[in-house]
Amino acid sequence: MTKPLVSMENVSFAYDNKHALKDINLQIPTGAFLGLVGPNGGGKTTLIKLLLGLEKPQQGTIKIFDKNIKDFKQWNKIGFVSQKANSFNRGFPATVKEVVSTGLAAKVGYFHFFTKQHKQKIENAIEMVGMKDYINRNIGDLSGGQQQRIFIARSLVSDPSLLILDEPTVGIDTENVQKFYGLLHRLNEENNITLLLVSHDIGTMTNHANGIACLNKSLHFHGDTSAFSNLTEKELSKFYGHDLNVVTHQH
Amino acid sequence: MLTQFFTYEFLQNTFYTGLLIGFIAPLLGTFVVVRRLSLIADALSHVTLGGIAFGLLMEKKYGLAFITPFYSGMVFSVIGSMFVERLRSVYKAYQELAIPIILSGGVGLSVIFISLADGFNTDLYSYLFGSVSAVSRNDLWSILTITVIVLVVLLLFYKELFMLSFDEEHAIVSGIHAKRIHFLFIVLTALVISASIRIVGVLLVSALMTLPVAASIRIAKGFKQTILFSVIFGELSVIIGLITGYYFEIPPGGTIVMTSIFILLATISLKKGWDHFTRRKAII
Ligand SMILES: Nc1ncnc2c1ncn2[C@@H]1O[C@H](COP(=O)(O)OP(=O)(O)O)[C@@H](O)[C@H]1O
Ligand SMILES: [Mg+2]
Repeated sequence: MTKPLVSMENVSFAYDNKHALKDINLQIPTGAFLGLVGPNGGGKTTLIKLLLGLEKPQQGTIKIFDKNIKDFKQWNKIGFVSQKANSFNRGFPATVKEVVSTGLAAKVGYFHFFTKQHKQKIENAIEMVGMKDYINRNIGDLSGGQQQRIFIARSLVSDPSLLILDEPTVGIDTENVQKFYGLLHRLNEENNITLLLVSHDIGTMTNHANGIACLNKSLHFHGDTSAFSNLTEKELSKFYGHDLNVVTHQH
Repeated sequence: MLTQFFTYEFLQNTFYTGLLIGFIAPLLGTFVVVRRLSLIADALSHVTLGGIAFGLLMEKKYGLAFITPFYSGMVFSVIGSMFVERLRSVYKAYQELAIPIILSGGVGLSVIFISLADGFNTDLYSYLFGSVSAVSRNDLWSILTITVIVLVVLLLFYKELFMLSFDEEHAIVSGIHAKRIHFLFIVLTALVISASIRIVGVLLVSALMTLPVAASIRIAKGFKQTILFSVIFGELSVIIGLITGYYFEIPPGGTIVMTSIFILLATISLKKGWDHFTRRKAII
């Protein structure tokens, strides 16, 4: 087996005195499409913050590309679409191109302006998410689903190996959610981008991801989706702490 | 007009200064507006007034010519901007609280210094509403320096500022030092305000930073275009406002702001008409 792209060992984290994550052991293999599910407040966003180096664990170690996160520098290799990405100021006067270009800012330091290659990358990323016709539109004029694509393009523009998406389908209608998963599959299979997708829509997730992890302060299940589908509803409810309607889709 | 312009140095000073602030105020103003900080510009201009009053007091009481009101205003404005940043991080959930605190502090200081200086004088009037005759050659050089500083910093940190304004979380994840950039930005704002006060006056300086942007945002595509139109509208307002102010002997603050309000209204109605026209065409 190849080395995992991300590995967390015995990671615990608390905000002030409030424990948010306890003893997390999680491996994300290269090329995986891992779904992370769990109840609200279960610590999914917190786990992502740890992976992005925005918070530091009080215990345990995190490795990215086999490198301790403390020494990790290639942050441009990790793309991130935040849970809050869609709550930006809709009146903000920025074109799709301007928004996507901010994904390159880490690479283009002070003094440096965009070169031809950079511009090409920006256009490619926009094309990858199927939004080429909208390149000079103001971002505020697009629909929620289209904006979500733009935020993905912004995270793709630096050629990430790992793309982390925190509840990206909230507020997007079902039809566009299907298209959205289509896009994720393409990124995963054709562009070899490892995906970590947070969602609370367990049903859809089990259909698309090839691995799944359930987080409620600690990790309750981590394995492939077929094993997950065999969990009884009772086991799931126990983990969620309340009754749950799992809509299982048939393949 | 032209002969007067070449005869009187003060007219040249005013006109060049006007061109400079008509450029930097809307330029920085674009960032101020999209970050929803319009009112902070107002708060800072009142702190600047406190500094100006302090300078006037020093001049009058002690004849200290090296602390001109221009410089003391600038110093107060910059210190005030640092307080704004502090207050905003203390009251994370009530960031707008910084505005009344700083604004009332500025007015309070002004009242104290003015009364210590035994009341109002015509100078103060010109600081409140602007003046066509108040800019000295030295002021012009200082304002030119501020313009160059603002331009260089904006060129260097354009991307950082744009990212922080659009999506602060993403900017931080991308490794941008949000605190430092915020700080830099608010200090620049303070500098631009103190530079603009001589011409538009304390009470109307924030208008020059926000009204051209308000008009521009209605019609521009994207951020760079918003900046471009803002600067064009700002320059138009300053030029028309200065000329009419001079002819009718009105403080230019009034004429400049009314010009930008006129531009704003014209933009809104033209845009409405245009949208109506294109929609009809689309239906046909
Ligand atoms: N900045 C913060 N400060 C203090 N507590 C927080 C903070 N962010 C999240 N929490 C708490 O940590 C727990 C996990 O939150 P989060 O990771 O956002 O969960 P999820 O994303 O799964 O909904 C929650 O109990 C939440 O209240
Ligand atoms: Mg969350």
